[in-house]
Amino acid sequence: MLEINNLHVEVGGREVLHGVSLTIQDGQTHVLLGPNGSGKTTLLRTIMGFGSSRVTEGSIIFNGVDVTYKPVHERARLGMGIMFQRPPTISGLKLGKFINATTNIGTEEIPALAEKLHMTKFLERDVNAGFSGGEIKRSEILQLTVQNPSFVMLDEPESGVDVENMSLLGHAAASLLEKDMHMKTRTKSGLIITHTGYILDYIEADVGHVLIDGYMRCSGNPREILKSVKASGYKECIACQK
Amino acid sequence: MPEMKGFDEISAEDKERLNLTGINTENMEGRSGSFLLVNDHVYHAGSAAEGIETLMIEAALEKYEWLKDYFWNIVPADKDEYTKYVAERPQRGYVIIAHKGAKATFPLQSCMFLQGDTIQCVHNIVIAEEGSEIHLIAGCASSMDTKVGAHYGVNEIYVGKNAKVTSTMIHTWGEEVEVFPRTCTVVEEGGTFLSNYVCMKPTKKVQMYPTAYLKGEGAVARFSGVVVAGTGSYVDTGSRAVLQAPNTSAELITRAITNGGTIISRGAVVAECPKTKGHIECRGLILKDGIMHAIPEIEGHVVDVELSHEAAVGKIARDEIEYLMARGLSEEEATATIIRGFLDIKIDGLPPALQKQIDAAIDSADNEGY
Repeated sequence: MLEINNLHVEVGGREVLHGVSLTIQDGQTHVLLGPNGSGKTTLLRTIMGFGSSRVTEGSIIFNGVDVTYKPVHERARLGMGIMFQRPPTISGLKLGKFINATTNIGTEEIPALAEKLHMTKFLERDVNAGFSGGEIKRSEILQLTVQNPSFVMLDEPESGVDVENMSLLGHAAASLLEKDMHMKTRTKSGLIITHTGYILDYIEADVGHVLIDGYMRCSGNPREILKSVKASGYKECIACQK
Repeated sequence: MPEMKGFDEISAEDKERLNLTGINTENMEGRSGSFLLVNDHVYHAGSAAEGIETLMIEAALEKYEWLKDYFWNIVPADKDEYTKYVAERPQRGYVIIAHKGAKATFPLQSCMFLQGDTIQCVHNIVIAEEGSEIHLIAGCASSMDTKVGAHYGVNEIYVGKNAKVTSTMIHTWGEEVEVFPRTCTVVEEGGTFLSNYVCMKPTKKVQMYPTAYLKGEGAVARFSGVVVAGTGSYVDTGSRAVLQAPNTSAELITRAITNGGTIISRGAVVAECPKTKGHIECRGLILKDGIMHAIPEIEGHVVDVELSHEAAVGKIARDEIEYLMARGLSEEEATATIIRGFLDIKIDGLPPALQKQIDAAIDSADNEGY
């Protein structure tokens, strides 16, 4: 699905990622851990192609296509999707109109999906205008569900979300990643940034990575990594030269 | 005076331009009244709603003796060179009288059409008596064959006690036309005046600064404007509200885009009485080098007034474009979507038919691209 090789990325003239490599197979979900400011969000933004991240070296191959320098919408049309942590407000654009314009699953199912995510009354509101933390997440997951990407990136899906919303979101994210399907037939992949790991209660992840100061320090069983980080923080990862 | 003939003598091409301004040229369906002025000739005046009269100004002045008190009253004849020009010539225009308690279900349309190279002078008077409610849609356009022309328009609007007047003006002038409307409104106790202005098509020069005097307690005025100016257009517009009684309030909202033209966006709220509120909001986008000059003014004269303004001029935020692109829209589609949203001002109390007309006027310019 995704193959990142030796990726060097600058943000505002400063190198933030120093040669990151990562391979995600079809049907796999990976989680990305790391302290604040380690470059996790930059990695997601670079994969999606946002202008603030400049690739100086390395490549991003998506389903065999070199997308390293492709514009954002081409990557989206090739099947990438991202949940924003802090999306902008789009004044004058109704959420309902927006998802009708970007849907890849037709418009028929939209009302039912919106209802399931308690977003029906938000369809008539401007995108993200005055939405609370939980409402933004539900709006993002609704947008992603209708966009129906084959590769899903979630940037801290738990942040600012209460318990009830977490369950709604977790199940919606799981269904987006085809977690209800058998692993053999599942084709969708994901890359999830998490600090707390709560999302792993809903989504079984296959591989975990720790990113520190722009370097991939560790990869392995996601639950084991999370357990170790929870027990002793990232200092072990920094010391560990594995 | 030429015989009134209606819209039949207007070419199909020009009818289309009129339709863009929201004028229904085929029949009176969905309209409570209709008035057509081509240059200085009245072609059509009529009203289909009970208690509401649409008259030619000369006939109205003959019919109602008292009307002279409303004639050159809130707009003084010697205000400036344009009002003087109009005052010196035979009076052409309409008088709309909504009698006490009359309510029009549909908008009254008036159309000021400029044909050939000439100066059109118009003097209109609107009187909404106590408890009445009317919606006016004024479509102003010039013919395809007009190369050079001007429109001087005087409007005196009287909103009576607990009456409501909505005035929507859509401009579709030509690139060589200069327009100088002079409009004043008086709002009595409990009255509401909503003014909406849309100018999306290139016009050589528009200069206007309509003023509303809120004279009666609890009177409300809301001005909304959507302006787009391309290269060669010079649009100097705005609105002013003078709060002269307790519990009056005014809101002035503008969305402006320059695409190479000059926009001067004015706004003023003057509070002369305690317990009054006013707010000005002006947002401008510069898509191509031009001038966007926002001049919001708030002026309080007494204790216990609440006045505020916010003005912002900028470009489309990159993160907004990329957000839409991440859902699969191309950069051009994303930009157009954001601009359309920017121009989408919410106007409370506007009949759906008029909102639709405003949306259509904005969409038609939108579809031509920026």
